[in-house]
Amino acid sequence: MEDKLQILELLAGDARLTPERIAVMLDRPEAEVRDAVAELEANHTILGYRTMVNWEKVGKERILALIEVRVTPQREVGFQAIAERIGRYPEVKSLYLMSGAFDLAVFIEGKTIQEVAFFVATKLAPLDGVTHTTTHFVLQTFKEDGVILTDGRDDHRLVMSP
Amino acid sequence: MRNRSWVGRLNPTVAAVKPSGIRRFFDLASEMKGVISLGVGEPDFVTPWHIREAAIYALEKGYTMYTANSGLPALRQELAGYLAESFGVAYNPGTEILVTVGVSEAFDLAMRAVVAPGDEVLIPEPSYVSYEPCTLLAGGIPVMIKTAKEQGFRLSAEQVEKAVTPRTKALILCYPNNPTGAVMPRRELEAVAEVAAARDLIVIADEIYAQLTYEGQHTCFASLPGMRDRTILLQGFSKAFAMTGWRVGYAAGHGDFIGAMTKIHQYTMLCASISAQMAALEALKNGRDEMRRMVGQYNYRRRLVINALKEIGLPCFNPGGAFYVFPDISGTGLSSEEFTERLLMEEKVAVVPGNAFGDSGEGHIRISYAASVENLTEAFKRMGRFVRRYRLEQAANMV
Repeated sequence: MEDKLQILELLAGDARLTPERIAVMLDRPEAEVRDAVAELEANHTILGYRTMVNWEKVGKERILALIEVRVTPQREVGFQAIAERIGRYPEVKSLYLMSGAFDLAVFIEGKTIQEVAFFVATKLAPLDGVTHTTTHFVLQTFKEDGVILTDGRDDHRLVMSP
Repeated sequence: MRNRSWVGRLNPTVAAVKPSGIRRFFDLASEMKGVISLGVGEPDFVTPWHIREAAIYALEKGYTMYTANSGLPALRQELAGYLAESFGVAYNPGTEILVTVGVSEAFDLAMRAVVAPGDEVLIPEPSYVSYEPCTLLAGGIPVMIKTAKEQGFRLSAEQVEKAVTPRTKALILCYPNNPTGAVMPRRELEAVAEVAAARDLIVIADEIYAQLTYEGQHTCFASLPGMRDRTILLQGFSKAFAMTGWRVGYAAGHGDFIGAMTKIHQYTMLCASISAQMAALEALKNGRDEMRRMVGQYNYRRRLVINALKEIGLPCFNPGGAFYVFPDISGTGLSSEEFTERLLMEEKVAVVPGNAFGDSGEGHIRISYAASVENLTEAFKRMGRFVRRYRLEQAANMV
């Protein structure tokens, strides 16, 4: 279990690490790492491997919005059913049940403000059980998934030191 | 008159100190583009943000003055707790701990406090570059004890015993070791401790890499039975907390040693920078999780590097600490300086030649794995190509 956690932490930091390399880093047999990764993939602990992209660099139009959603929980299924309905839209990037003044935090990605507004007005707000939405558009991204977008990768160290 | 040389008027002791063995390579590497440097003796991590933020906050609050000579009382208090908890050795924060401008200053103070003209100081070699010059500057006579790769660059009690003369005053220990990465198991340190006690040696234990121990547990020399009072323990924040540029270290030991060192420190340095001390306090209080994370990263890289050396075919013993490996490159037919210079010129990878750490480092290079996995991977690809080329060349020459 300890090994699996370490494997996951390494892969979460760099999805390109090969089992061969992980085996060296953890000082475990390569076959053991391969088996562990296969198992973690099969049981959906590992959900995928992705690349983090700073889309601004390539000028891709992208609008992010946080929608606060208030809903009426349903008997027996609580927030589950409505959350599943909302979550199935591909426009929804992330979805969380929150404590506090609203119930669901819905992160939407679209090409334009109009597209996002259209989605909220025609898909999200009219859903049965949704009683209120508040839309916040993201103006600038400073940090995403633990990575500061403006940080350079400059090494300020002397090229050689004792 | 304008071209008159003043060298003859300099202090001859200073004039006789040799310039650093890495200077030439530093100059070469600094002028080149696209160099991957594995020649850096400091972490590649930037100081964790909460530590930097604490220093900024201290500046905002107006902490811009001197501190007590021996350091902020709160920092010494925290250090005493830390040393007791992590290394099992208790010090009185009022009289037995001195905060210094890096371990470098602490080492210089220890030498000046302890060494009288003509005293011999035992220095295991390969050795960090400062020990010999600082001994000379203090008026002492450095006596190098050569450690060998066959022994994993560990020091044996017999070697110490053999090197002791009636004039021997002090023994320097640096484990985990820079440049070799060697660590000393507890029982071997105990044997050295017996000699130190029998020969009444003062031990200066530079344990700056203590937290960077990957195999087994670090044994603090001062924690061995009977050693606390004859050991000047030196540690700092540079390596474990990625704080090299802040320059904060400390010495802990018997009040007579710390008192003498404080006397020199108060007249020559006055105190370490208050901002840096504030940052160090934050590091000790809230930085240990982050420290452990960084140590974990070093350990991953250590294994990658050892594996890469194995694949290249450069023999290397398994370094248990610090962030250095010290492979044997003699099989290429090149001296350590030739290897370093050609690797730099031909493949743009910078390492440090082993002879920069004394004659017994000849035939080796020091590789620092305080570098990103990406850079390590690329550097070892280049190094592999380089070594294969020289092997072939050597084989051709033999025919």
